[in-house]
Amino acid sequence: MLRRSRIILGIIFFVLISMLFLDFTGTFHRFFGWMAKFQLIPAILALNFAAVAVLIIVTILFGRIYCSVICPLGVFQDAVSWTSGKFKKKNRFSYSPAISWLRYAVLVLFVIALIAGVSSIVVLLEPYSAYGRIASNLFAQVYRLGNNLLAYFAERIDSYAFYSVEVRIKSGVTFGIAVLTFLAVGYLAWRNGRTYCNTICPVGTVLGFISRFSIFKPVMDPDKCTKCSLCARNCKASCIDYKNYTIDYSRCVACMNCLGKCKFDALHYSAKRPEKMVNLEYEAEVKSSGASGMSRRGFLGVVSLFAASHVIKAQNKVDGGLAVIVDKKIPARETPVNPPGSGSARNMKQYCTGCQLCVSACPNNILRPSDKLGTFMQPEVSFERGYCRPECTRCSEVCPTGAIKRITVDEKSGLKIGRAVWIKENCVVNRDNVICTACERHCPTGAITLIPREPDNDKSLKIPVVDDELCIGCGACENLCPSRPFSAIYVEGITRQRII
Amino acid sequence: MENKNKKNISRRDFLKVLGTGTVISAAALTGCKPVRQTNTNSATGEVPTDKMTYRTNPHSGDKVSLLGYGCMRWPLRKNSNGDEEIDQDTVNELVDYAIAHGVNYFDTAPVYVRGWSEAATGIALARHPREKFFIATKASNPRGPYDLQGCIAMYHKSMSELQVDYIDYYLLHSVGNSIEEFHRRFVDNGFLDFLIKERSEGRIRNLGWSFHGIAECFDYVLAYNDIQWDFCQIQLNYQDWKNATGRNVNAEYLYAELVKKNVPAIIMEPLLGGRLSRLNSFTQAPLRQLRPDDTPASWAFRYAGTPEHVLTVLSGMVYMEHLQENIRTYSPLVPLTEPEYDALEKVTEMMLAADFIPCTECQYCMPCPYGIDIPGIFTHYNRVINEQRMPEDKTDPGYRKARRQFLIGYDRSVPKLRQANHCIGCGICKPECPQRIPIPDQMEQIDKFAESLRLGNNNRTTEQL
Repeated sequence: MLRRSRIILGIIFFVLISMLFLDFTGTFHRFFGWMAKFQLIPAILALNFAAVAVLIIVTILFGRIYCSVICPLGVFQDAVSWTSGKFKKKNRFSYSPAISWLRYAVLVLFVIALIAGVSSIVVLLEPYSAYGRIASNLFAQVYRLGNNLLAYFAERIDSYAFYSVEVRIKSGVTFGIAVLTFLAVGYLAWRNGRTYCNTICPVGTVLGFISRFSIFKPVMDPDKCTKCSLCARNCKASCIDYKNYTIDYSRCVACMNCLGKCKFDALHYSAKRPEKMVNLEYEAEVKSSGASGMSRRGFLGVVSLFAASHVIKAQNKVDGGLAVIVDKKIPARETPVNPPGSGSARNMKQYCTGCQLCVSACPNNILRPSDKLGTFMQPEVSFERGYCRPECTRCSEVCPTGAIKRITVDEKSGLKIGRAVWIKENCVVNRDNVICTACERHCPTGAITLIPREPDNDKSLKIPVVDDELCIGCGACENLCPSRPFSAIYVEGITRQRII
Repeated sequence: MENKNKKNISRRDFLKVLGTGTVISAAALTGCKPVRQTNTNSATGEVPTDKMTYRTNPHSGDKVSLLGYGCMRWPLRKNSNGDEEIDQDTVNELVDYAIAHGVNYFDTAPVYVRGWSEAATGIALARHPREKFFIATKASNPRGPYDLQGCIAMYHKSMSELQVDYIDYYLLHSVGNSIEEFHRRFVDNGFLDFLIKERSEGRIRNLGWSFHGIAECFDYVLAYNDIQWDFCQIQLNYQDWKNATGRNVNAEYLYAELVKKNVPAIIMEPLLGGRLSRLNSFTQAPLRQLRPDDTPASWAFRYAGTPEHVLTVLSGMVYMEHLQENIRTYSPLVPLTEPEYDALEKVTEMMLAADFIPCTECQYCMPCPYGIDIPGIFTHYNRVINEQRMPEDKTDPGYRKARRQFLIGYDRSVPKLRQANHCIGCGICKPECPQRIPIPDQMEQIDKFAESLRLGNNNRTTEQL
């Protein structure tokens, strides 16, 4: 019963969170966007205290339910492990001691990286973002190909139920990281179940610390236990030490698999404290006290996590920002353009965990993951394939970490994220000697005026002038400029976004 | 579909059938065979080989089939390098079929199908005896060459491409923009004199011109130097008869002038680039009521072929089914009757009420140097108008569906980078359009319209397209 509920809930969360990355129409975000915002690290970064409190309370009450239900990377591993079980002999797991030094070392590294703003380490370790990259780089491509196939047939029967979308690897490096993560986590899950969650994952370590003290947990009854080891051999977290009647609750992900396995009714999910066992086995006491020493450090980790988010909020530290983009067709920008709502490059860098949700959701194809170390896998804006359309605030709606703050369409229409710069050598008016009104006609704020190229000639061709006060940097001019490969008008970023 | 009892069905039932929309015309085209003895149905049934209507050219005595083959839209295929080329096998098949069924007039030009048409037409026709067909080609120099050498070279190249040593019908291509242009292209350089000489020496059997433009220029060229023109090619269809759009002149006037001068008319755009064959079910109702089995295309062809001074009616047929249907329509021609003219008038009124862009997809404007698919954009727009799916007002109950269909259909018909928003308004295409569509303005309007549709959806609850 408990196991089944866990599985059903896990599948629901997993499918819906995956759909946030797969669905390009925005429908799922409307109803289930909150699921991304309930991921622990994004919630902490977004200073979403309600979500963090709920998650902590749930963990205190029921153990690491989070890892079994809410975390998509966790459910993904369960799915892989379950599949591998179909090919292997039954009862394939076994108890192994915790590799605590690694767990806490990774956590400390993660926290330091978070505070110091070394975003490349943060985005690599954060589990939800790791899954997001897998979903957006691998699953979404398959999903889109399937959609395009349907669109192909829909077109042939004159149906408008489906329309085709672009399938494209937006960044080779991020794609590579996603593939590696997929393979590495998948391999560990295929072999041993939850190895990743209990040795690497910083969220697993933090929640593991809390779940030591959780009220409800699987408890062994030594009186009934026959040491048949069936529970331990079915524990994908390898955390049941049946010889000592103990369970390492810091690693138990509350999957409930063991409960049904026990043939002697010796395992129960209950609020009872497993005191007897501690008394019975001296060894166990030593272990648990050793673990609680670790726990203190773990606790510090949690504290520092919160501290970190405060620090982020308080400081106005200047930082690098997105570097010059090297792709041949992308203009060399002195200052990068950040998604509308992100405030500044610094804010982006501090908060973004590189989950790719905004990149997946952007309907205008202007966001792509960065390949630069300083902003690794965080979104960059560029206008080769589209521009930041005035009616769209999608990235700000989906962002779970507060890296891109929620803005309204009204705010968006006046939010300056950059400024247009004209390069006269590239302009087709000069190059081809033709009339061109592309930039002027498409400027949503009327910031571009056409003036005669030769002031004294009434029949003179006209060239654009940009009013910097009106330009919001949406990139319509850059995107629709006929000059290729380099646009004759491009958007230069500004250090701080502001409403004009 | 059950067609056997169609003659007996009530009018209401019939309208109900019509209500299934374009299904009926699509089905009629793809062949649900009605059981019929006679050949009054245009879309299906046997294709006669010996019943073609012919008209005689009073100047040369040529007996020309009323159906003329326009070689402006030959089918293309991809070759092994992935480049497009003319699908010569299909061209041969179409030409063979046309000749076998009595078609003997083939109209091409050096500029058609990216300049490949003459050669392809020549290859297909060279497989037939020279006396079996009349070949028409043109002096296509609206944008040069203007010098005599260049013009003559173009003329000789046409002959070699077509593999002939005389040309049956030679046209000054698209005359009528301005008198000044006519002089620049044909008079000042002596090219017209050269062509008249060629005619007298028999290398050109008939000399004429095709017209797009202003009435003043038409009159001027028709009367110019008292040249006896052997024919003149004009745009004629039931819409253009009295309601020519853009800078076209009403066909009623053009035809009457040609009759006065005893110049036979060759008809182009009998279907307005296919628009008259794609009438929606509502618009074609008056026609179906009179002749339930006839397609809108056959009506348009009968309209264009009925006037006695029409020598031939050109159709750029890409598909065998269209060729067969048109052969049926003219084998033989059943002239329009008064009630039928009235029905077409009703159709014309309905067509005029809709805001079609008068594009005939002739491709003269192409290629746009900035990559815009001009005819593709207009075709999509017209298709939506024709199917009455134009999203009009946000408060309309069908608005959201219409909006979705417009935008998805737009992306399906025209790649994003070739859509109207990429038009820069340079106007290079504008003088090329025989329909005088103000292309940049239209592009801007369609761009604004599509943009308004995209913007019309800012409640964030539905998807962005």
